[in-house]
Amino acid sequence: MNLQNIFSELEKQDAELSGRLDTRRDAMKQFRNIGRVLALSAIPLALGSMLKKAYGRTPQDVLGVLNYALTLEYLEAEFYATAITKTSLFPTPAALAAFTTIANHEAAHVALLKSAISGAGGTPVTKPTFDFAGGSLNLPTFTDYPTLLTVAQAFEDTGVRAYKGKATVLMENPAVLTVALQIHSVEARHAAHLRYMRRNLASAPQPALKPWITNAENNVAIIQPVYAGEDNDVQAGITITGIASQVDKAAATEAFDEFLTEDAVLAIAGNFIKK
Amino acid sequence: MFIRKTRSVTSNGKEEGIAMPNVHRRTFLKYAGLGAAVITAGSLAGCSGEDDGGDVTPGTGVSLGSGDFAVLNYAFALEQLEAAFYTQVVATPYSGISDVERIFLTDIRNHEIAHREFFRKALGTNAIPNLTVDFSTIDFTSRDKVLAAAKTFEDLGVAAYNGAGKFITTPNYLVLAGKIVSVEARHAALIRDLISNGSFASDADSNGLDFAKTPQDVFAAAKVYIKTEIDANTLPK
Repeated sequence: MNLQNIFSELEKQDAELSGRLDTRRDAMKQFRNIGRVLALSAIPLALGSMLKKAYGRTPQDVLGVLNYALTLEYLEAEFYATAITKTSLFPTPAALAAFTTIANHEAAHVALLKSAISGAGGTPVTKPTFDFAGGSLNLPTFTDYPTLLTVAQAFEDTGVRAYKGKATVLMENPAVLTVALQIHSVEARHAAHLRYMRRNLASAPQPALKPWITNAENNVAIIQPVYAGEDNDVQAGITITGIASQVDKAAATEAFDEFLTEDAVLAIAGNFIKK
Repeated sequence: MFIRKTRSVTSNGKEEGIAMPNVHRRTFLKYAGLGAAVITAGSLAGCSGEDDGGDVTPGTGVSLGSGDFAVLNYAFALEQLEAAFYTQVVATPYSGISDVERIFLTDIRNHEIAHREFFRKALGTNAIPNLTVDFSTIDFTSRDKVLAAAKTFEDLGVAAYNGAGKFITTPNYLVLAGKIVSVEARHAALIRDLISNGSFASDADSNGLDFAKTPQDVFAAAKVYIKTEIDANTLPK
């Protein structure tokens, strides 16, 4: 397939396109490197995605998402790395083991995202300075176990919503999209486990708390923004409540996790980033 | 490459037997008239080097349709399977089931029914019919066997959505798949914790990544549980 011929054809139809493609071509080289670094299947050099890039999302958009994800992974990675040094805080070896499992995943996500961004010719954002007391929230995060679990759950449920909110930006880069989805579902597994840990907390059990999110329910006021909009029960114009006799409003909202905008995510994460 | 090898192009420029992933074909053909122009110019024949696979040959069985409909029907098929499984689990609970387990498994059944009915409505006339499932290999009286099967279904569901996301061309459908896959991941984590506490994500790879499987691999794994023959050949590869 001679791409140049196609570009000529397209230019005849759309004079504007050639200008756009010129500025995008350099970026394409960088763009393809993202996938290479992620060591997945080669990104198909598809005309369809070239066109989408010409008219919509750019490789810079993809890098922007990766750096956004990296910021959140930095937050999580440092949080868990710090937590597992406070061994006496954990009531059981299983609890410490769960945090260690998650710490390892988050550290791996940081390394993966950094190498992907660098490999694509981008610059990984610098790790922010974190304040896990949440600034004016003044949380006893690393001295009170229930607080530790609450903050962890908030980070994980936020992470899930953050990745979900960026999937469409990554559509033109299948390799990057797939990796983002693979991180996204691991974060959901973490969230489920942390919610399960909180439910079963010996010192303060939370029997209403399930691995999935019911309506926009949450029993700690300071993390309520994490659950804003989770009570949505209309998907693609279809009302899920009552779609079958078994599906009440609670089930309808549990069955679909909602995304969060970048602004909402950064407002939550911003509490833990030193200005 | 975005266009697979063509088998035949008729003289009037209509494509016949041309197999292109709909992802790119649709965008491509948005340029009115250009699709036909380029195809008749013989560009397909000159396509070289990056051909990514063989022709799509319609097989036998229930057709999933093409493009995004095929991907959504693929998800619909898996949700039918999961919903049927948990319906059975709740109807005939394994011996020694705890109250908490009954609550969780009923919740999961309800979520899977919500997913199934959502896809049925969203697909409308493009929806595949109800599948006939075959759970004869599962001993529903045994906690270990039921939870092991549940783990298989949930991990497979996560892997399926993760692997199929890149084939979806309509942004809203991708968002919906994202809304569902994280719930499947929550199910997977809980089921794994019921089997062995702490194993919620123990199979993530060294990069901390979850499973992602091709539709072909997913169907190969699910085949034993689905009696209805499904033609997966129209799914993007």
